[in-house]
Amino acid sequence: MKFIITLFTSLLLFAGLAFAETPEEKGLAIAKEDDKRDNGFEDFTANLVMLLKNRQGEESARNIRNKTLEVEGDGDKSISIFDRPRDVKGTALLNFTHKVGTDDQWLFLPALKRVKRISSANKSGSFMGSEFAYEDVTSQEVEKYSYKWIRDEDYEGQKCFVFERYPVYKNSGYTRQVVWLDQKDYKILKIEFYDRKNAQLKTLKQSKFKQYLDKYWFPEEMHMKNHQTGKSTLLTWTNYKFKNGLKDKDFNKNSLKRAR
Amino acid sequence: MKNNSINDFGVIRFRWWIILSTLVLVLSAASGARFLGFSTDYRVFFSEDNPQLVAFETLQNTYTKNDNVMFAVEPKDGKVFTPQTLAIVEELTQASWKIPYSLRVDSITNFQYTWSEGDDLVVQDLIENAESFTQEQLKKVQAVALAEPLLRNRLITQKSDITGINVTINLPHKSISETPEVVAFVRDMQEKFEKKYPSIKIYLTGVVFMDNAFNEAGEGDMKSLVPVMYSIVLIIMALTLRTFWGTFVTVLIMAFSILTGMGLAGWSGILLTPISANAPTIILTLAVADSIHILVTFFYEMRHGKSKYEAIQETLRVNHQPVFITSVTTAIGFLSLNFSDSPPFRDLGNIVAMGVMAAYVYSVLFLPAMLSILPVRVKAGSTSQNGFIDALGDWVIHNRKSLFWGMMSLIIILASQIPRIEIDEKFNEYFDTRYQFRVDNDYVEKHLTGFESIEYSLKAGESGGISNPEYLKKVDAFAEWYRQQPGVMYVSTLTDTMKRLNKNMHGDDESYYRLPDERDLSAQYLLLYELSLPFGLDLNNQINIDKSSTRFTAILESVSTQSALDLEDSAQEWLRNNAPPGMASHGASPLIMFSHIAMRNIDSMMTGTLLALLLISAILAGVLKSFKLGLISTIPNLVPVFMTFGIWAVFVGHIGLAVSVVAPVALGIIVDDTVHFLSKYRRARQELGKTPEEAVRYSFHTVGTALFLTSVILVCGFFVLTFSGFQMNVHLGLMTTIAILCALVADFLFLPTLLMRSSNPVPLREAELKI
Repeated sequence: MKFIITLFTSLLLFAGLAFAETPEEKGLAIAKEDDKRDNGFEDFTANLVMLLKNRQGEESARNIRNKTLEVEGDGDKSISIFDRPRDVKGTALLNFTHKVGTDDQWLFLPALKRVKRISSANKSGSFMGSEFAYEDVTSQEVEKYSYKWIRDEDYEGQKCFVFERYPVYKNSGYTRQVVWLDQKDYKILKIEFYDRKNAQLKTLKQSKFKQYLDKYWFPEEMHMKNHQTGKSTLLTWTNYKFKNGLKDKDFNKNSLKRAR
Repeated sequence: MKNNSINDFGVIRFRWWIILSTLVLVLSAASGARFLGFSTDYRVFFSEDNPQLVAFETLQNTYTKNDNVMFAVEPKDGKVFTPQTLAIVEELTQASWKIPYSLRVDSITNFQYTWSEGDDLVVQDLIENAESFTQEQLKKVQAVALAEPLLRNRLITQKSDITGINVTINLPHKSISETPEVVAFVRDMQEKFEKKYPSIKIYLTGVVFMDNAFNEAGEGDMKSLVPVMYSIVLIIMALTLRTFWGTFVTVLIMAFSILTGMGLAGWSGILLTPISANAPTIILTLAVADSIHILVTFFYEMRHGKSKYEAIQETLRVNHQPVFITSVTTAIGFLSLNFSDSPPFRDLGNIVAMGVMAAYVYSVLFLPAMLSILPVRVKAGSTSQNGFIDALGDWVIHNRKSLFWGMMSLIIILASQIPRIEIDEKFNEYFDTRYQFRVDNDYVEKHLTGFESIEYSLKAGESGGISNPEYLKKVDAFAEWYRQQPGVMYVSTLTDTMKRLNKNMHGDDESYYRLPDERDLSAQYLLLYELSLPFGLDLNNQINIDKSSTRFTAILESVSTQSALDLEDSAQEWLRNNAPPGMASHGASPLIMFSHIAMRNIDSMMTGTLLALLLISAILAGVLKSFKLGLISTIPNLVPVFMTFGIWAVFVGHIGLAVSVVAPVALGIIVDDTVHFLSKYRRARQELGKTPEEAVRYSFHTVGTALFLTSVILVCGFFVLTFSGFQMNVHLGLMTTIAILCALVADFLFLPTLLMRSSNPVPLREAELKI
């Protein structure tokens, strides 16, 4: 009898452990769900303006056109064509993101009429002098982080999951990011970035979300504020177009040269 | 009874009330001391609208801040390029990202080495996993590091015997604990690394450590010098006044005055600096002078048979006015520091002025009130100590002619030396070698790289203009010119990066190590390079967001402020002659700021001194009820200032920020001697109807001892400052000491001869009636 009780208790305990979700599991589940909801758009094009501001109040703008192709089983492929500043007009960046390992990047320099591969394992620096790091703008694959759910809370009137994610990438500039994701549409409303000494470095706020293809929510404005340097960058996305029939062959070194 | 209350201001009748309310006043003022803190930022030396500070802040807001911590790692075998040492540098570089408020870490290991491989631009840390490096690899990275203008003489020496890790620190300046926090963290790192790796020694320098030294200097001085000063005053009082209770009350008054001054400073939100931290020592010194004057008279009267109450009444009658006047004039002298361009000096002036006025109130109310309740006694028949002073007075009267001309020539000779003074000082020598910062910084400067810098924001005049070949060529030529100037150790400019990229883009062909010829090419190289850089090592610290200007930094060995200004002047001339008008910008850096402030301060302090002199002379004329005496008073007031600067010109030769404020401070203090002497002289002439000679003798007799005694105490007080480890305080103390001694000489040897020459030989009352 005693044996049976012990067995029964252990079984109950085991079951409890198996069914109760740890914060890590819950965080991962949220990220997976988010990723799933973003899948299937096939491709999109959009225009992008980056407005940089420094502490002195100076401003500077960069204009970029973007094409993105969804890749089954790996990270997205994209081409960014720089229109402004004038000196880099026609420069185009081809980008293959990968779920694991370093992304591949090529840059076409019209002044040199050549494509150069960017061979750097350590691409966490500023993107075009802005407050966005390359790792902030590249496609966010589930595998790039580990996760931990923290709490649920209301943020600007929307019920949110608040979870932390920790970069797997060893050269990342961050120890962790705290993400506010709304529970209804899985829109990322806010991310706080913590640097290597775990001090808050930046805050990203995304706003003016629009729904495309009755499914995908994309923000029109992404505002990144650097708390340490006082600089900030506003990204404004316009002219989103989906399912343009882009193919893999539109995203290689040769197509990069032709991208105008 | 009515007569009593007029004479002693009711001090005796209300003594208990006075004592009680004094205590309440002191306690409530002193409770403000809890708000006092030490500033940990060298910028406090500059007012918010100081043009050099504004220029520097603009530069930092345009790019990034450049406060820093610098580790200098010295392997004991003298070889940086060994697997062991490089691995340590790698580890220290990694660890430095964890330093609070760090923004960027630069070292030879994380230097972004670029090279080409076919159509790849490879950007990577110069040194990674050094532990497994072969001899060949070591040789290769050494060659790269030594050839790199961005590393050589900054992070690596030509001999490769010492290497630096530079950490850019971005203090939010929200709390005064930020600097000590960084310093404690970094010192802990140093200790741990030296313990873990006995093969290396680490030296620490950088702006953050300098900031911290300011903080340590202020706190250190306050803790070490004030007790010394207290003891000296106690010894002198015990030796001369020979009274326990008198000394006891004086000590209370000194303490009360300091507490009041510092407490009020706390209430008014003043942050302490090594300069304003002198306030307690100075208040103490000045407060004791008031008490001495009162006690000397009090004991004199008691010795001459007066009762205690009578003695108190007489003391107050005789001393109240001179003590008031001297306090006001001293306060005016210190308040004129408000003309200074440097806030710490204004704070010092205001704190001391509050302390001095408090000392006055306590000396004329609390001191007599205490005397009236304490069992003060004098030994019957104790003799007065005026023998020496009286003899001096007689000697002066007899030799007045030769003394007058002798003093005149001395004063003229000394004053003629003043133009030899140069406004010059070495920023590096602010702290003496008792501060670790100075020791380490001297070592790093001698063996690795300089601490001083001058920075420029060179404008291209249009958005994206920094890629313009014309602009790049000018910047490059400016760098070439700068590198040839004496004292310049290192120049950092974007053009070196551009040249390197151009070479990389042409298959690492050395002949392409030059600036690109086309504007769009440069811009696209930069874009490519920027896309390859890691976290924290981007170009935002040297290119503005609009790509219309770049930061240009020259690192100098320890130079004097004058040579820094000369260098900046020649740089401006070069820019005027060679660069387009829009490109020229003024150099900005702490060095430039400190170099300018001495000059600015001297100008503003001249105005301050002049105004203080006018005000003081007017007060004296009013008090002495004689325009002529007021006018005459300016001579003994000014003469010591001239003599002091003359002596300084001969023996030291250069003045800096601290010395520029001595004139008004000294004026406010030395004027006290004149007030006491002249008020006694006037009394003798007008009330007692004496001739000038007799009046001089009377002045010597009545006030000579007190003047001598207070001067000795003042000299001790300011001389104690010379034991400070902070050079500004040493100079401030030394120069004021000289000024006080000169004032004593002038008041004893020159003023009397002047009075006797300029006065009618008949008693003054009759002389004035004749006019």
